[in-house]
Amino acid sequence: MIEVKHLVKSYGDKHAVADISFKANDGEILGFLGPNGAGKSTTMNILTGYLSSTSGEAYINGHDILEDPIAAKKEIGYLPEFPPLYLDMTVKEYLYFVYELRGCRLPRNTHLKEICELVKIDNVYDRRIGNLSKGYRQRVGLAQALVGNPNVLILDEPTVGLDPKQIIEIRTLIKKLGKNHTVILSSHILSEVQAVCDRIVVINQGKIVADDTADNLSRELTADHKLIARIDGPKDEVIKVVQTIPGVVSVVADLQRERGVWEYNIEAVEGTDIRRELNRRLMARNWYILGLRSSELSLEDIFLKLTMGESVTEFLAGKADDLAENYEEAENK
Amino acid sequence: MSAILKRETRAYFDSLIGYIFLTAFFAGSGILFSVSSLQYGSTDMSGMYSGLFFMLLVLIPILTMRTLSEEKRQKTDQLLLTAPISLPALVMGKFFAAMIIYSIGVAMTLVYAIVVSFFGAVSWLTVLGNVVGLLLLGAAYIAVGMLISSLTENQVIAAIGGFACMVALYLIGSIASIIPVQWISRIFSELSFSARYSPFTYGVFDFSNVLFFISAAVIFLFLTVRVLERRRWS
Repeated sequence: MIEVKHLVKSYGDKHAVADISFKANDGEILGFLGPNGAGKSTTMNILTGYLSSTSGEAYINGHDILEDPIAAKKEIGYLPEFPPLYLDMTVKEYLYFVYELRGCRLPRNTHLKEICELVKIDNVYDRRIGNLSKGYRQRVGLAQALVGNPNVLILDEPTVGLDPKQIIEIRTLIKKLGKNHTVILSSHILSEVQAVCDRIVVINQGKIVADDTADNLSRELTADHKLIARIDGPKDEVIKVVQTIPGVVSVVADLQRERGVWEYNIEAVEGTDIRRELNRRLMARNWYILGLRSSELSLEDIFLKLTMGESVTEFLAGKADDLAENYEEAENK
Repeated sequence: MSAILKRETRAYFDSLIGYIFLTAFFAGSGILFSVSSLQYGSTDMSGMYSGLFFMLLVLIPILTMRTLSEEKRQKTDQLLLTAPISLPALVMGKFFAAMIIYSIGVAMTLVYAIVVSFFGAVSWLTVLGNVVGLLLLGAAYIAVGMLISSLTENQVIAAIGGFACMVALYLIGSIASIIPVQWISRIFSELSFSARYSPFTYGVFDFSNVLFFISAAVIFLFLTVRVLERRRWS
């Protein structure tokens, strides 16, 4: 468990981290989301004892990182932004070193073997780290964080520099680890935290701007009454039919996606769910819905909104205007 | 600490630095030995030991330049500083690793003494006193070199800075004689590394000199720990 209370880190007048408080429970994967320079790495460096906070407290499984650093550090596996690797050592020598450095008491060979299999570096075990590719180095860095089976894993942008296949592997691995570890991972890639994390802390300019579950964060801004439907049928007639559905405010045909298939933006009165009725009416005319989704804001939108500091309604209104303009343009074409 | 000690000692031989240091040390001490002892057919080795004082000014910075600067540059200090070990243990691990390499060099001078002993009587106690003196001087210099290395990310700057500091510590005795204010002059001459070291080469084993070098090493190691500590707060 990690508990952070009113953490502040200032460099002169500048607050790299300004009064951050949050809590990560056991078996939870917490995502740290924010643009570059938001204070993610600084916060992580404070949590791991690499930097000291100007004020505030951080507890790792109940150990204060400033008061009782050695006990706290024992609980943490840390993968910094740049994996701290000795390039002139082989993977084996390096992991042996980390094993001793952390004063690990698990049976060495089996423990390290397990880790290597987990992060898939057993095939490069005897190679020099300096000769490994970026992806492998990242994984050796991750392996290093797992040595000693610490309860808390702090991973700073763990998938940066990896190819898509490796990214998926690492994400799966982190999810697996999240079941019996407390994991904090940082990222500026929204889909990543969305895919991996149970909870998301959005941080900008050293401040927390949101702290909620991934689902809640998007639900907050979801619009069930706004649908994007891909319908196979004659455009003008479809619009007419859909408009007659009770509650529908507007229907706009967006683009022709396939031959004879258009995408429509349908807006209904807030709070009404028109999906079933839509289905029924189209079916009756033998037109088909090929795709249907609510036009919820993606985390990208939420993120921008939160970090821009606008209020939700203003933002949504602005967004709706933009969309409307786009549709008009599209229609005119 | 043992993990750091082991890794550092290995690292000296994984990189070329350990070999370069020892080669230079063996070559330098060998030349000094043949010039000051063999050429005169003397078993007195004090010439070599006093000559080594100047060699250390150049050689120790080579030994210590990487110790902390390279960790910072490669960002491996993040591994060490977030590991469950204390800063003093970290610094001591690195210090003793450098001492091990240095001691291998110093041990070579004992080989010369053994060679000489086949041709005449060697004053073993003097040789032993010299070896102890050389080890202590090296310990103090290594601590100075590590302090400089902790202040920069650049090995070259660490080496040159270390060399400059050691020369300054050597020159401090000469400066003392030209300072007109007597009490300042006194302090400077008391702090002179060469004035503290030369009695060893005369065969004088003064305990206060032993204590001087040990204190110097401890002070500079302590300052190194403080530099690492301060970096967390800045």
